[in-house]
Amino acid sequence: MMKRFGIFAAGLLSVAAIGTAIAHESENPAVKARTSIMQLYSFNLGTLGGMAKGEAEYDAEAATRAANNIVVLTQIDQSAMWPAGSDNVADPSTRALPAIWENFPDVGAKGQALAEAAVAMQAAAGQDVDALKGAMGNLGGACSACHKAYRAPKD
Amino acid sequence: MRRFFIFAAVVAVLVGLAGLVLTRPQTVDRTQLDGVTPDLARGETLFYAGGCASCHSAPDAVGEDKLVLAGGRRFETDFGTFVAPNISSDPKAGIGSWSALDLANALIHGTGPKGQHYYPAFPYTSYVNMTVEDAASLHAFLATLPAAATESIAHEVGFPINIRRGVGGWKHLYLKPGWAVDGDLTNQQIQGRYLVEALGHCAECHTPRDGLGGLNRDLWLTGAPNPSGKGRIPGLTADQLDWSEADIAEYLKSGFTPDYDSAGGEMVEVIENTSRLSDDERLAIAAYLKAVPVPQSEPPSE
Repeated sequence: MMKRFGIFAAGLLSVAAIGTAIAHESENPAVKARTSIMQLYSFNLGTLGGMAKGEAEYDAEAATRAANNIVVLTQIDQSAMWPAGSDNVADPSTRALPAIWENFPDVGAKGQALAEAAVAMQAAAGQDVDALKGAMGNLGGACSACHKAYRAPKD
Repeated sequence: MRRFFIFAAVVAVLVGLAGLVLTRPQTVDRTQLDGVTPDLARGETLFYAGGCASCHSAPDAVGEDKLVLAGGRRFETDFGTFVAPNISSDPKAGIGSWSALDLANALIHGTGPKGQHYYPAFPYTSYVNMTVEDAASLHAFLATLPAAATESIAHEVGFPINIRRGVGGWKHLYLKPGWAVDGDLTNQQIQGRYLVEALGHCAECHTPRDGLGGLNRDLWLTGAPNPSGKGRIPGLTADQLDWSEADIAEYLKSGFTPDYDSAGGEMVEVIENTSRLSDDERLAIAAYLKAVPVPQSEPPSE
């Protein structure tokens, strides 16, 4: 009897474990769209960051293309991508905190700060590597400002 | 029998006196400040490297408001709730009336101007490694920041933590000058060590503590439970943090991780400070981190 229960419990646990592993990908198209935009940010920042860190040789054209893309990303209208019920309480696959929905004006202001930092990077990226390095801080700061306030920590 | 009582009474008095001597607040010898000329630019660097505003600005202050060190942030710990005091330049509510010596005593010995012990929520166990010259430069810079009239709020601590004299005993155990990472270091790593161990007090979060709240220096920067109860503060030793030195320096500047996610959580406030340092200083921190020894035994998984 006890042994059976043990096997049953172990089975349940492994089902739960698989469930947790799968839960990374959201079923919600709005969340998927948000995540995709974040991946596009990350990809283009990688181009700029590699040059800022000296991992890649500075290339004014490639840097400008990446910075242009980032500006475009800040201009995407995301208003349909944040429906009610797509916070991390309702959907554990996202780290978006419910506070977002309670503070839309502030979220908007932080988005505006990001747009300005992106434009500053656009102007700097093609100049030289020092200008690019200088613009990284503000751009990263704008990302972090929102993530600190509105994104749940990992785990 | 009577003799015994006299003997016991004498012993009790001696033990009491010894306790008073041992728990007496320590101070800097004032002659150490003789001939010291404060350097304002250095003071500004120290202000950001030391992270003063992260605790002493008003709760939720952002941007320029972070330079108003009005206090009021609450720190809930196993020992009670500590409330950061006003250290603005206001002479009454803040520390505007302090001398450079007063600030040096606070930073290096955790001793207030009236000779009282501060609680170690104020990370003087790190600042103990600051030079007196740097304390004087920081003093000069703090005087340039705005005054705030906000009254400091009392800490919420119960018995026996509320007996300040007891902090003197705690200091005997944990307040010692000296480096956690020693040995053959490059000049760059030595610069980074000063930034991390003396100023940045990174270990206060990234090193586990023992039952009395002191840092377990054998597990230096190997990560620790998050006091919020959720998750774990990551280790920074080479076995746990495999980022390159350029990656670490970039993270401390822009908050971007090597895969271009951005920092969130408590590190955002830290990066607000480290982003004000120079590239050389951030690279020095990174070089130091690569020199932190990986402990032989596994850190407890708690």
